[in-house]
Amino acid sequence: MSIVEQTSPVRALSDAEFGTADVRDYIALLKPRVMSLVVFTAFVGLVVAMTMQPGTIHPFEGFIAILCIAIGGGASGALNMWYDADIDRIMKRTATRPIPAGKIAPDQALAFGLILSAASILVLGVLVNWLAAGLLAFTIFFYAVIYTMWLKRSTPQNIVIGGAAGAFPPMIGWAAVTGSVTIESIILFLIIFMWTPPHFWALALLKNEDYKNAGVPMLPVVAGEAVTRSQILLYSLIVAPLGVAPSLLGFAGLGYAIASSILGVVFLLAAFRVYALREGDPARKAAGQMFAFSIFYLFALYAILMAEHLLGLEMLPSIFG
Amino acid sequence: MTQVSEMVQLSEEQKKRQRKRSIAIALALGILVAIFYAITLVKMGPGILNRPL
Repeated sequence: MSIVEQTSPVRALSDAEFGTADVRDYIALLKPRVMSLVVFTAFVGLVVAMTMQPGTIHPFEGFIAILCIAIGGGASGALNMWYDADIDRIMKRTATRPIPAGKIAPDQALAFGLILSAASILVLGVLVNWLAAGLLAFTIFFYAVIYTMWLKRSTPQNIVIGGAAGAFPPMIGWAAVTGSVTIESIILFLIIFMWTPPHFWALALLKNEDYKNAGVPMLPVVAGEAVTRSQILLYSLIVAPLGVAPSLLGFAGLGYAIASSILGVVFLLAAFRVYALREGDPARKAAGQMFAFSIFYLFALYAILMAEHLLGLEMLPSIFG
Repeated sequence: MTQVSEMVQLSEEQKKRQRKRSIAIALALGILVAIFYAITLVKMGPGILNRPL
């Protein structure tokens, strides 16, 4: 059988087919704001490990590790946007993302996410170590498949379990240096893991209508606002003491112990206000404050921990054991 | 069996965007090359010259 090739007349490509994206839209696909938190927490994990086990890796290897974690995190964001384009279109907060805005075709976003995922994992494995690369691969898989494709649309516990994806970066940073997973990195993981539900539910209380319209079973949509407020308080009761744990376990100093205790109390107070104020503007304001403070809380804890390690102040005086 | 291959014509604006994306990809590949070069020096140091002739 012979194949006859025919050439049809030249035609123009519509913007919808070609995509109107420029480089900035591809950067938006990497969720730069989420990426900044990923980079920061991974960097803290890496710095803490480097000061506790000096000489294990060259600073340039550390830089490569952070770069790979950032790109891997961004890639999982692109995969998330590829899969979620249908609901992003419905929600006000996400309607301007590159795919619903028609700037990037879904296939292009998928290819972009997959290529960056593979590249970041391989480079991290070849140049730093394979445990860190394995953890990065698991993180991307967890966020893109377990959270985005499965949990997000099926259970109100979506962000509780899915929060693990956001909690892995400091553990990867730690593993890049030490080649191991230890109690210190597990604590850094747990702080973010337990912090994620109250942080996200505070936002969900504010964006309840959006999630409802998009059919995403966030806790306030499915179980109601009252249950969400109790859950925020409950998780905050776990986060506050967990935030102090690095001092109790001996890898943070007095400054961290004091700061994390104060921050923990404020975190609890913010959660209690969300629990107590249930109607109208004061309720919305309390949820907004909880959301904003939760970001500051995590940033401050990690920043203080890193500063102590860089300044050599991570050992508590002996009266604290 | 007849196979139709289509010719497409990009507008000037589309060509400009494509060019920008191509430059970004070239830059990314260039950075990757530089990273591999630098990490080789970092990991092997002077040992890179230490090989049987």
